Amino acid sequence: MSTEQETPTVGIWQVFSTVFVRDLRIAFSSWSEGLNPLLFFVLVVSLFPLGIGPDPRLLSSIGPGVIWVSALLAMLMSLDGLFAADHRDGTLEQWVLSGQPLSIIALAKVCTHWVRSGLPLVLMSPLLGVFLNLPTTALPVLVVSLLLGTMILSLVGAIGSALTLTVKQGGVLLALLVLPLSVPVLIFGAAAVQAVVEQREALGQLALLGGGVMGALALAPVGIAAALRVGVSSGD
Amino acid sequence: MTSVDAVLSAIDLTSWRGETCVLNEVSLSLSAGQILQVVGPNGSGKTTLLRTLAGLALPDDGQVMWQGNNIEHDRSTFQSQLLYLGHKPGVSGALTPRENLLAFLHVRQASPDLTQLDDALDALALGERKELPCRWLSAGQQRRVALARLVLEPVNLWILDEPLNALDVDGIAWVVDRIEEHAERGGMVLFTTHQPMPLVRRQAQQVLLSEVEMSS
Repeated sequence: MSTEQETPTVGIWQVFSTVFVRDLRIAFSSWSEGLNPLLFFVLVVSLFPLGIGPDPRLLSSIGPGVIWVSALLAMLMSLDGLFAADHRDGTLEQWVLSGQPLSIIALAKVCTHWVRSGLPLVLMSPLLGVFLNLPTTALPVLVVSLLLGTMILSLVGAIGSALTLTVKQGGVLLALLVLPLSVPVLIFGAAAVQAVVEQREALGQLALLGGGVMGALALAPVGIAAALRVGVSSGD
Repeated sequence: MTSVDAVLSAIDLTSWRGETCVLNEVSLSLSAGQILQVVGPNGSGKTTLLRTLAGLALPDDGQVMWQGNNIEHDRSTFQSQLLYLGHKPGVSGALTPRENLLAFLHVRQASPDLTQLDDALDALALGERKELPCRWLSAGQQRRVALARLVLEPVNLWILDEPLNALDVDGIAWVVDRIEEHAERGGMVLFTTHQPMPLVRRQAQQVLLSEVEMSS
């Protein structure tokens, strides 16, 4: 009986990478589903010039806001099913009972979510920036602001996703929970790009976003883990 | 009801679901090498009891003790010695049986034995299908994938909720053999089933959850 207890303990990095790789495999096996947020993002942004008219000056002044709002909504859309599949097939129960820190497992799942939902938006954004007549100098700032912003949205959104785990049709509730928390990200993200468009310094806003990533990285996994425990303990 | 050498013991577990009392002061104890079957009609709280014992659900009253400590105080020590298989098999349809099992093994063990993994899949007649996504497998085969963890994870305590569901005769025989083997090595098994279970060598003890306990 005591012999098993002498087995070496599993390192946190092994737990993280195992869950990360597992979820990436699942993501790639249903990659078309993963493209939905990106498709939504591109569609919404490209509808604006059609609705507002092709005035280049107007487009470049609303461009940062349009891209950022669309990115925020696309991220929100993708959050709904973050833990749903694992909850449905019972894997989440097994993660809770794995004896490993649930926050590390949750962090790995959020990282996969960001790679499949957030990163494509970041990579696509320069193209949409050009599309909305943003000056070339604004494009690097757009990419960096979205890079940091989508990370925060993934981390904070995952708390909401974990809290609405057992709620049927929890999408609206999730939006209500996550939107107020993501407003600062939207404000600073869009303001950073706007500043460069107006030929001002954007370092302050980007630093704030960077601080947000650090804060969310430190605190969100604990919150997600707690919410997942509650969700799993209430059964189906 | 708790005996001196009990490794796992539950003391006066009480659990409410809204106005309904699902568990009413249930006590049980399990010592090394013991097999315990939780018996009771549908809705008598078997699943709630097993989930509470595993630490998945918190009891409204009472406590679960593992080696003398409340499991809520040292969750990871208890859970690293526990294998819980619930109604839902914990098998992702997008992954192959091998990938599913590897993920669990790598999360729970520092250096899992991979040859053992292929042997286990062969023993469960999944050898030819180990590279197929699990969504293409039948319910019984998915259950077999989950049950392969019985031989792959060296833990003391098994809590199995309806492990025989969807299994064929061979599958049932395999599970029964593993349970008896585990008990002979000094492991503990706690399970529920509605199927007749031919435990030959070692008679399982039973805990009866009566219907009376359901009504408040």
